[in-house]
Order: sequence, then structure tokens, then C-alpha cells
Amino acid sequence: MKLTLKIWRQPSQNVKGKFETYSLDNVSEHMSFLEMLDVLNEKLSFEQKVPIAFEHDCREGICGTCSLVINGQPHGPLQGTTTCQLHMRNFKDGETIVIEPYRASAFPVLKDLSVDRGALDRIIQAGGFISVSTGQAQDANAIPIEKDVASHAFDAATCIGCGACVAACPNSSAMLFTSAKVAHLALLPQGKVEAQKRVLNMVRQMDLENFGNCSNITACEAECPKGISVSNIALMNREFLSASFSSNDAN
Amino acid sequence: MHMDNLNLNGNVPSGDLADKWTTYRSTLPLVAPNNKLKIEIIVVGTGLAGASAAATLGELGYLVKCYTFHDSPRRAHSIAAQGGINAAKNYRNDGDSVFRLFYDTIKGGDYRSREANVYRLAEVSTSIIDQAVAQGVPFAREYGGLLDNRSFGGVQVSRTFYARGQTGQQLLLGAYQSLSRQIALGNVKMFTRHEMIELVLKDGKARGIIARNLLTGELEKHGAHAVVLATGGYGNVFYLSTNAMNCNVTAAMRAVAKGAFMANPCFTQIHPTCIPQMGEYQSKLTLMSESLRNDGRVWVPAKKEDAKAIRDGVKTALDIPEADRDYFLERRYPAFGNLVPRDVASRAAKTACDEGNGIVPTGLGVFLDFSAAIERYGKSKANILGLSNPAHAKVIELGEKVIEEKYGNLFEMYEKISGENPYKFPMKIYPAVHYTMGGLWVDYNLMTNVPGLFSIGESNFSDHGANRLGASALMQGLADGYFVLPYTIGTFLSEDISTPKLDVHAPEFTAAADLAKQRIDKLFAIKGKQSAESFHRRLGKIIWEYCGMSRTAEGLTSARQQVRALRDEFYADLYLPGVANDLNPELEKALRVADFIDLGEIMVVDALDRNESCGGHFREEYQTPDGEALRRDDEYAYVSAWEFKGADQDPILHKEMLHFDNVELKTRSYK
Repeated sequence: MKLTLKIWRQPSQNVKGKFETYSLDNVSEHMSFLEMLDVLNEKLSFEQKVPIAFEHDCREGICGTCSLVINGQPHGPLQGTTTCQLHMRNFKDGETIVIEPYRASAFPVLKDLSVDRGALDRIIQAGGFISVSTGQAQDANAIPIEKDVASHAFDAATCIGCGACVAACPNSSAMLFTSAKVAHLALLPQGKVEAQKRVLNMVRQMDLENFGNCSNITACEAECPKGISVSNIALMNREFLSASFSSNDAN
Repeated sequence: MHMDNLNLNGNVPSGDLADKWTTYRSTLPLVAPNNKLKIEIIVVGTGLAGASAAATLGELGYLVKCYTFHDSPRRAHSIAAQGGINAAKNYRNDGDSVFRLFYDTIKGGDYRSREANVYRLAEVSTSIIDQAVAQGVPFAREYGGLLDNRSFGGVQVSRTFYARGQTGQQLLLGAYQSLSRQIALGNVKMFTRHEMIELVLKDGKARGIIARNLLTGELEKHGAHAVVLATGGYGNVFYLSTNAMNCNVTAAMRAVAKGAFMANPCFTQIHPTCIPQMGEYQSKLTLMSESLRNDGRVWVPAKKEDAKAIRDGVKTALDIPEADRDYFLERRYPAFGNLVPRDVASRAAKTACDEGNGIVPTGLGVFLDFSAAIERYGKSKANILGLSNPAHAKVIELGEKVIEEKYGNLFEMYEKISGENPYKFPMKIYPAVHYTMGGLWVDYNLMTNVPGLFSIGESNFSDHGANRLGASALMQGLADGYFVLPYTIGTFLSEDISTPKLDVHAPEFTAAADLAKQRIDKLFAIKGKQSAESFHRRLGKIIWEYCGMSRTAEGLTSARQQVRALRDEFYADLYLPGVANDLNPELEKALRVADFIDLGEIMVVDALDRNESCGGHFREEYQTPDGEALRRDDEYAYVSAWEFKGADQDPILHKEMLHFDNVELKTRSYK
């Protein structure tokens, strides 16, 4: 395959970026999208040019490191798939592909296609955990949990923290990410104890980080590589409302 | 230091095996709470071992500094573990016990691990499950609401806890959330996008690290009373492996350069069911869960001309009649068939391909065929539905549904990567490097031979011997991090309560930072023509060819020369773009490749020293008449711990002799 690539280049956070156009020949349809970028980078290196910075690690769709907005879609055209698992057979010979970083004020561009997603960690640090120290646990089977409830919690817990939901949302909202953790923990008996405090603190941190609001567009669910459901947002709103009425202590 | 007898002592406490840990834990020296507040600990790595250790040490009141090269502590490669985690809970009432888990692990490791460590691992395994459930890890459950278990990796009890095919992800997120809580409380200071590139010793003790800030390139000095490496395995020395792209051995090799011993580096695990390499550009290999071998049959065409026709795309698997297929695992191992352990299955696939019967263009691939299972399940389902004499197409349709329920996500992943429908055509698989049993030598306290330097999880050598059992890696990482290191580190720190905070302006820190800077400057000064990636790829080929699934003295001797020649070429012809004081992934890669080359040579030397076959280490000279591994307990029942003397010197072998007082050494047989 022969491709034309329009790629966002930005030397650093405070320097203005722009699109550069590259052409790449001999792309195999068996290559993954990131392997295609590897080949381009190797080529740029040999032309004594600076390779394109992009983030990646496990290349099997689970670590959440890879990102990219490909032809306007976070993680590209294939549903339920991270960029690292997207293969070139999903593109056509001669095609022009536009590759950009995630765009959100809470995710500043660090260099080229790399962005800072530290805001998501800070949301978890605000309350996305159960306060149990090592050694305090009772026997694992002491509290039976209904199979369907455990399964529902698991569905929310499969979020990989990639931030595609934020990139997909016109408001750059992190509601899907935040609500997935709120739901995972609120559904389980172990997590119910501090559920009110948790949701208030996580939502407050989310707002502090400059993420936008949810206006029920649900592009987040459509672009989520793990298929996290927007019903988690409804659950979070319910938790948040009831916590707001019954608690005056968010810390 | 040059010891005469070169014998190492594992500092195993005395007493009966079953009581050792409890007794030791109750008597080891403690650090008082007021003193913990003055003691700093560096933890490098945030996988299962690092995150659990950092969180627990923070809870205990130590001042913890934690480092990862990722943008977030949640990304470490523990997250990709699929299968599950073992624990001797005996919830199935099927006769499991701490002793049985200990025994299975020692035997599975081919009697090359330390009894006391393995027993302790089995003992604390049950607490891990309790801890994880309390954190909200959503393990699979039964309709009664209690935890489900499955049997894994050919053991006779069901002791594996799992969270669909994402057990590693859920356990890591549990540890990450505990770590996040400690970060918020201020007990752990988290440094993301920081890579350790030098260890700092002061008065012979590990007292800090030089970390490169990956965004700015700054070489930062960080001091602490003790340093814990939780930096994972070195599988990427093979270039292609199932490890994540950024997994590397640099932290461990920086410690080795400062005197820490590297133990059993030739013990590496090759997983039999991975998607084969499709082209030169390929960057990594993807694992398909071991569970697929429960229903898949492994075969190659019996006739070489058929194999060639498939490789050339003239024929497909469906064109080969049943009589012309060689189900080589079933043929060679009638008792276990397709379910033989990982090392045995991998070698058999290699043999079939070496004989010219491989089925992918590179020649390195075999079929994993589900058609028999689909038909069998389809007939059984038709029976249940009361369909008499169903059409063949109906049987296949019903069978495919059963397979989809069992392995749907794996089949989908395979199709995404390969572009082929595995319900219609057999999967193509080949073995790939998956885990490294070797690692930094540690004693019973998980401390290396460098005082104050600890190593936990996959980065140490301690618990899996020459072969790791399925679902045991997660167990070991969390055992070390939650339940072992937080206690045993007290033995070192209790002697250190009057040591003040480390001054990073001390000459030892400046010297270490200078050393790191010199290494970086040296790489930029080469101004050659070849990329770090291309050297890595070539190193991987050498190690895979000569120190992979089967090894010979002749091949290993040649491999050592080839690695040395590659090192010379690397330092003569590396091309490094960009600058040092910027985000520069090519520089990160080059520094890591330099360390992989040095490790590669030690691996080869270790494999050459071990004149026996055991676990993942198969030396062709040492096999039984029917081609099985020949272990030599009389001469090689030891841990080899290598002291590095510089890239152009022979490393020095130190031995820790292994004693087995509680198990009888047996030969593994799967015939």
C-alpha cells in the first residue's frame, strides 16, 4: 500500500504545532497502525529528521498508553479497538490519513502526538479506591456477591484509562472515565461504605481539572475501545445527587 | 570482592519448613513508627510488585518515592496477564493445601528454586486473594455469590482465581488504587515519566538512583535509605516477545554494573501459543491464552510438499486430508497430548518446523485446530436440543456457538491481528518468549548481595526455578509487594534508624550522575548509521537462535562471539537522532539496547555453564534417548549468580547450592 500521512508536529507544549505531510510506500496490510508509524520513524531517522513522538507500550489493547485521533476518530475507525490493535488492512491503498493528538484542554500536548493525561490519575487519587490497608482484609468469601452484580462491576472496571472518551466528547468531558470507577466501586459491598465521599471527591477533582460537562451526546461510549456503557454516567449522577443531599462533607 | 569458595548464602532461617516464615516474621527486627517517618525508600516500577510494595510501605508510615517510565502507574505490563492467580484456598475442597501448592511450584520449576522461598509464597497466597477482594477486584463468581476457581496449567486441583481474561488488569488496578490513596495522603511521592539509569552506592550500600526525566532529559538525583527494584523481566532481550515494547533490563543491569549478581539468566519461558511473526517490521508478539489447548489440536502437514504449498498460499489447511496431518503432540505424548507443559509443547513445535513442516511464510508456525471440538460440541448441543439427525451445517453452527461462549474474546483478538476467521480456518501459532525466571539474586529477605538493594516480582530470580507454572507470576509479584518485602526490609532498615536523610549533593550522587551523562554523551558521539532498533532486532535474532528453545555448547560459544561483535558494532555505528535534553524515545531505546547486549552475553555464558537440561533450559547434548530433558541434580542443583566484571571480561560465577529436605527430586514425564 501507498499512503499519504498528515501528522501533527509540535516540538513542545509551549510551541505552536502544525500538520506535516509524509508519504509512505510499501505498507503491508498486516502491519498494525503503530508498526506503520515505526516504519515511518525509522525512515525519518535515516533522513536525519526527528522521529514523531507517540505513546504506546503493550501493543495488545490493555495498557491504555496508545491514543491518537485518526481521521477524526480516537483510536481510528474500528469499533472496540485501540490504535495498537488497528491494522492497515482497515485502510485503502492511496488513502490520505490524518493523525492528531487528543484535543482537550485537560490533556496538554507534550510533543507531537503525546499528551499529558495525568488529570485522570488525579481523579483516581481523589477517591477512586477502597480505603483498606494491606493485612486488614477478612476472608475473601466472607461476603457473597451476586454473580450479576460482580459481572456489572467488572464491566465498569475494564476501563483502560486511555482517555478516548474525553477526546471523543465535544465538551471534553471525563464523565465516562470517572463514572466507570464510581460505578465499579459503588456496586460492590466493599465499596459502598465510602461511596458518598468517593463520588463527591472524584467529581470535584474532575471539575478542577477543566474537563467539560456531559450533554448526553454519547460519543464517548461509541469511541470507547472497551465498550464502557454510558449507563455508568447515569449511575454516577444518581450517586452524586443522593450524596449531595445527604452529606455536607466532601473530604 | 573475590570469594574463594564463591558460595552464596540465602540467609534462610532455621526451623521446620512450615514454621519458618511465621517464626521469622514474629522475631525479625522492626522499625518503630516514629522512626519510619524519617526513613525514605525508593521503589522503582509500578507493576504488581512495585505498586503493592509502594502502597504497603506508605501505609506503614515510611516516606516512599516511587518511579515509573510510563505516564501513569497504571500502565505497567502486569496489566496484560490474562489467565489468573493461584492461591491455596482449597475453596473447592479438592485437596489443595499450602504444601501442595509449594510442591507443584518446586516440581514445575524442575527443582531449581529455593524451598523456603517457595513455601512462603504458597503460604501468603491466600492473603493475596483476601486483600484483592477487599480492594474491590471483581473476580469471577458463582451463582451462590462465592468466588469461582478453575484448573490451570495442568495441575490436579482448581486453585486459580480469575477475572475473565483480564486478571492481571484487575489486580494491577487494585494495587494502583491503593497506591493512589497513599499518593493522595502524601505518603508516597510519585514520579511518572522517570527512568532509573544509575544506582547510587554510598559506603557499599544502595542509597539512591539517578533518574532521567523523560520529558526534559534532566538527570535527577534521588536519595533514600534503601532502594527496591520492581522492574520486571528481561524477555525483550529477544526483541520479539509478548512483553510490552518498553519493558527493559536497564534498572537491573545498572545494579549489576554496581555489583549485584544476576541469577539464572538462562532460565526463560517460551509460551507455546502465540501468533506467529508475519514480517520483518513486526514489533511484538501476541499471546493467545493457554486455555485454548484444552480444545485445540496442534498439527502440521505430514508431507513436506503440503507444508510448502500452504506456505506458498497454493493450499490451505482445509485441503489437507485427515490422513496427511501430523498431530505431533498427540503422537509423541499420548498421555497428555495437547496439554503437555509449556516448555515441552514449545520444543515439539520447533522440531516440527525445523523438519520443514511449518505452515507460515517464515516456516515458523503450526496449526491449532478447533474443528474437532466444534463438531463434538455441536453434536452434543444438538442432542441436548433434541435434534435427531441434524444436518452437518447445523452441527457446525451449534458447535461454533459453544466455542464462542468459551473463547469468544480470544477468537476475536486473533481475527483482528491475523485477518483470518479462526472458526473456519485453524489458528496459526508459534512459541514466543513470555517470562523470565532468572533475575537479580536475592536472599530470603529479597535483598540482593548489595546491602540496601532489594528486588521483587519478576525482576528477582527467587521462586520459579527453571520453569514457571501458569497463574503464578501474579501470585509472586503481589506476595513480594504486599506480604514479604514490607516485613523483611525491616531487617536492613532497623540498623539504619540513625542515618539522616541522604544528601543528594554528596560526591557519590554527583559521580553517578556524571557516569550516566558520560554514557549518554558517548552514544550521541558515535554518529553512525544504524538505529538502536536495528541493533536490538539483530541481538534478538542471535539470542533466539542460540539461547532460545534449544541450546548447544557449540551454538552458545558462537553466540557469545556474535554478541560481542554486535556490541563493538553498536558502539561504532549507532545513529541517534535528536538531543539529550528533550523527550527522545530513540535515546531511551539506545540506552536500553546497550544494557540488553550486556545481559545477552551473561545469558549465553550461563546457558553454556549449565551442562544439563531443566525447565526452559534445553541443552541438546543432555537429553534422554527419546528426546526428553536430562536434568543432572548431582552437579547442577545450584543457583548460578553472576558477578559482572565489565563488558570485555568473563563474569564470575557464584553458586548457591540448593538443598531439598522436604521433596524428593523426580523426573517430569508426560508420555
